[in-house]
Amino acid sequence: MDALLQNFFNLAIYREVFPFLLRGLWTTIWLSLLVIPIGIVSGLALALVCTQTRHRWLRILAIVYIDFFRSFPPLVLLILIYFGAPFLGLELPKLVAVAIGFMLNNSSYFSEVFRAGIESVPSGQMEAARSTGLTRLQALRHVIVPQATRNVLPDLVSNCIEVIKLTTIASVVALPELLRVARDAQSLVYNPSPIVLAALMYLALLWPLVRWLSRLEHKNRAIA
Amino acid sequence: MVNSAAPGLEQLFFTFFNADVAATYWRDIARGMGITALLSIAVVAAGLLLGLILAVVRYLQWRVPGLLVVAFADILRSLPPLVLIIVLFFAFPFIGLSMSSFTATWLALTLVLAAYAEESIWGGILSLHVGQSEAARSTGLSWWQTTFSVVLPQALRLAVPPLTNRVISVTKNTALGSVIALSEILNTAQSASSNAGNPTPLMLGAAAYLVLFIPVVLFSRWLETRWRWKR
Repeated sequence: MDALLQNFFNLAIYREVFPFLLRGLWTTIWLSLLVIPIGIVSGLALALVCTQTRHRWLRILAIVYIDFFRSFPPLVLLILIYFGAPFLGLELPKLVAVAIGFMLNNSSYFSEVFRAGIESVPSGQMEAARSTGLTRLQALRHVIVPQATRNVLPDLVSNCIEVIKLTTIASVVALPELLRVARDAQSLVYNPSPIVLAALMYLALLWPLVRWLSRLEHKNRAIA
Repeated sequence: MVNSAAPGLEQLFFTFFNADVAATYWRDIARGMGITALLSIAVVAAGLLLGLILAVVRYLQWRVPGLLVVAFADILRSLPPLVLIIVLFFAFPFIGLSMSSFTATWLALTLVLAAYAEESIWGGILSLHVGQSEAARSTGLSWWQTTFSVVLPQALRLAVPPLTNRVISVTKNTALGSVIALSEILNTAQSASSNAGNPTPLMLGAAAYLVLFIPVVLFSRWLETRWRWKR
């Protein structure tokens, strides 16, 4: 018990490293706020290509892209980009490598969610919208996509939570987000309390979102 | 190896797909593939089983065990898997619980998958009509018989589509083991790549992941369409 308190919940160390970890938490938050919108926008674009285009080959190309990047572990993608780019004569800054890796990975996940959403909107909606004089683009923007988004809201929230958790892999390329900062602090104080504190901070950040997601899912089920 | 001028296509090919380097390291990568596959199978088997057990415990509707299951599922869905792996591997030795990198990765991913599996199966149970279990009980089946022959088979069927996606993402997370020096595909490829001063092993590693996971992704697509048509 004493060893547990000493090494996991050492308050003196908590007090010492808290300011550093807080800075790491901010980096995690703004990194998430950077990569989530990129993923959502590119995912929606891909989903529209998948469902709206009349060109068969374009659709097939989009599906190949989606499956290709769904098959790669995100960490592999990141390492390939970060450590592979110098061989192409490119020195990518960490943040750029992380942003590219997340975009490739997230766009395929978000596009699958949006595709399911768009397919869940009855085709009569589009026909009705077009017959009122809206253009195809207007109909998508004001009629189809809003309904599609509402239908898959729980999946979108769930995906966003996954992305926030995934930002931890940026620690591997030494981007100073929460996990990285905690590991650096751990090696300084030679005590694992900082990583336990980081785990508690992730819990504090994500548990409310997970609870909210559970409620969203149950609400949807009650309607269906 | 950093080229200042834009390299020619031939030279680029020679750098990223170097046959000599590939010949030296492909055996290591293949061994890494074996470990990734073994770890994935162990995680999926243990995680799904534990998830099923937890869902049944929650279905018993005993107050305290039920709350514990909910807390477990919430916490394991909130923690990033990489954080869990690092806590198990780097922090637990300090309280006298050392484990190998394989065990730490396996344990972390199993717990995470169990949490998601429990939620999916529980979701399946909730969406069944209460009449199902009431009717089964009124024909004289016991609670256990009702649960295992009527409720769970249907709930599991409903849980399959969300679970396949989760299984894919958890097995891809085996790559996280590379952070604690587990010699699966990524770690093997990375160290080979830095030994050779050439990215060919990384490309081989990427190809190995595609070989392992494209069939799984295609299978999940097939499963999804099949399930959708049947309902």
